[in-house]
Amino acid sequence: MSDRLILGIESSCDETGVGIVRLGPDGSLELLADEVASSVEEHARFGGVVPEVASRAHLEAMVPTMRRALDASGVELSQIHSIAVTAGPGLAGALLVGVAAAKAYAAALNKPLYGVNHLAGHVAADTLQHGPLPQRCLALLVSGGHSQLLLVEGGLANSITEIGSTVDDAAGEAYDKVARLLDLPYPGGPPIDKLAKQGNGCAIAFPRGLTGPRDAKYDFSFSGLKTSVARWVERAERAGEEIPLADVAASFQEAVADVLTAKAIRAAKDLNVDTLVISGGVAANSRLSGLAAERCAEAGIELRVPRPRLCTDNGAMIAALGAHLVAAGAKPSPMDLSTTPGLPVNTVQIL
Amino acid sequence: MLVLAVDTATPAVTAGVVELAPDSPPRLLAKRVTLNAKAHGELLTPHISDSLEEAGKTFADLDAIVVGAGPGPFTGLRVGLATAAALGQALNRPVYPVATTDAIAKDAASGHPLLVATDARRKEVYWAAYDAAGRRTDGPHVERPQDLAEKLPALGVQQATGEGAEIYQDVLGLELLQSKHPSPEGLVAAAAAEVLAKARPAALTPLYLRRPDAVEPTGRKRVTRA
Ligand SMILES: Nc1ncnc2c1ncn2[C@@H]1O[C@H](COP(=O)(O)OP(=O)(O)OP(=O)(O)O)[C@@H](O)[C@H]1O
Ligand SMILES: [Mg+2]
Repeated sequence: MSDRLILGIESSCDETGVGIVRLGPDGSLELLADEVASSVEEHARFGGVVPEVASRAHLEAMVPTMRRALDASGVELSQIHSIAVTAGPGLAGALLVGVAAAKAYAAALNKPLYGVNHLAGHVAADTLQHGPLPQRCLALLVSGGHSQLLLVEGGLANSITEIGSTVDDAAGEAYDKVARLLDLPYPGGPPIDKLAKQGNGCAIAFPRGLTGPRDAKYDFSFSGLKTSVARWVERAERAGEEIPLADVAASFQEAVADVLTAKAIRAAKDLNVDTLVISGGVAANSRLSGLAAERCAEAGIELRVPRPRLCTDNGAMIAALGAHLVAAGAKPSPMDLSTTPGLPVNTVQIL
Repeated sequence: MLVLAVDTATPAVTAGVVELAPDSPPRLLAKRVTLNAKAHGELLTPHISDSLEEAGKTFADLDAIVVGAGPGPFTGLRVGLATAAALGQALNRPVYPVATTDAIAKDAASGHPLLVATDARRKEVYWAAYDAAGRRTDGPHVERPQDLAEKLPALGVQQATGEGAEIYQDVLGLELLQSKHPSPEGLVAAAAAEVLAKARPAALTPLYLRRPDAVEPTGRKRVTRA
């Protein structure tokens, strides 16, 4: 069988993404285009994504982003083999724009449509950089809305099982909230990461959530950490001390990276898995990947972290997941496909 | 010319295939309409495909697309526009936006000054006014029906149509006509001159008429010096 070109469309949050991936006869993936239009700046003054603002931006950006992806790859729409689109989880109004457009492209071109899971897409992003996943692997998905440990068996098209997840805030959400506390811009991950590099991660002992002997082994909690950062800063302020912003950022970042990596390594050992993939926006964090590399090396676990561009929301990851489904011979989704804002991670495709 | 018409600015999910020729009214070949304010995303594309099939046509046969640009509830409205824009790009055909109220006015074609009012939820209506020849004289706007009622004498309309006119008939006190949702023929009629002239289409800008609900955070969140 010859090459197949897979188109991916993403619109679950504040990024409109269109990606094009070439699926080779041997199942290999080659990234041909990865175009993203972001409305993040329009949300910055609100301190978080405003759903209606995001939805309006998706409608404006969809056709131009598609145009750029086609131009960048030199591909014509008529050459596309299949179309994958994020059908959930995400913001209802935002998802609807991408799915409506994807259906129209699929119908007009008479091509199969795959409504897929955004979270599985985050994991699939890594296969664009590091090749196929092993038969069994563990994925740590850390993004603005999710923090989960996933067991992936027999490839992404086959089975994804949630091993643990956050009981309150997602890791990225904790970054965004702490950034606001420290008067840093939204989204908070990049500025905290940068500031932390000048600070001492051991300066302040912030709590590690859910690490007691009776706590759920693979679940996370970050809301206590956020509160504790707020208390610490308030106390210092009351005492008239100057706030050591870099140390606060570094110590917060250390607490997040410590818990995420410790739990991931423990799960990998318990489940007898020798590969860990970290993906989602927070995977771009330098301390998280650094600490994970140290601890994985110690434990004899292979670590895979896609480059930052592939970690945040994009269409290429959706095209990659679509390619895995096509390669596995999955049936297309029906054309009356609906969006599912609360889609659970174990549902890779909506049928 | 073969024209595809779609509209999702009211609770109706509307798709239809229409034949348009100079000097004659648009002729409907096939349509699919479902009344369900929550099903626009699911049903619009299947409705388009089914209409084409019933008309014995394919996507490649289409010469142009006409889409209702609202005003209407945002989430549903965007489905029609996103669908039409993607179809236009994939097929390389022009997409003409029309005010959904214009299409409803074309359907009513009462020969008298007319108010078109659709349901804007939150106890408001989207409305536009038309003269006896069917030309838009005011709107579209979004307003409380009580406030609109005070303007009616100045607008000089005696008849009204649309779901908003029906819901608030008591407040508006106008004779009610029966065309509630835009028909494919009405949509195409509202854009007929541009379509026939193969004019350059206007931008596909939704008529939202309201700003997004968003409040900037107030109160003290940050802890460093202000
Ligand atoms: N270098 C970094 N360090 C820490 N966090 C980061 C970094 N870069 C980005 N982030 C965080 O990643 C998050 C965005 O990631 P992503 O785009 O994957 O999330 P999302 O799409 O909003 O959420 P979800 O995928 O769960 O729906 C933000 O919370 C942001 O602060
Ligand atoms: Mg994401």
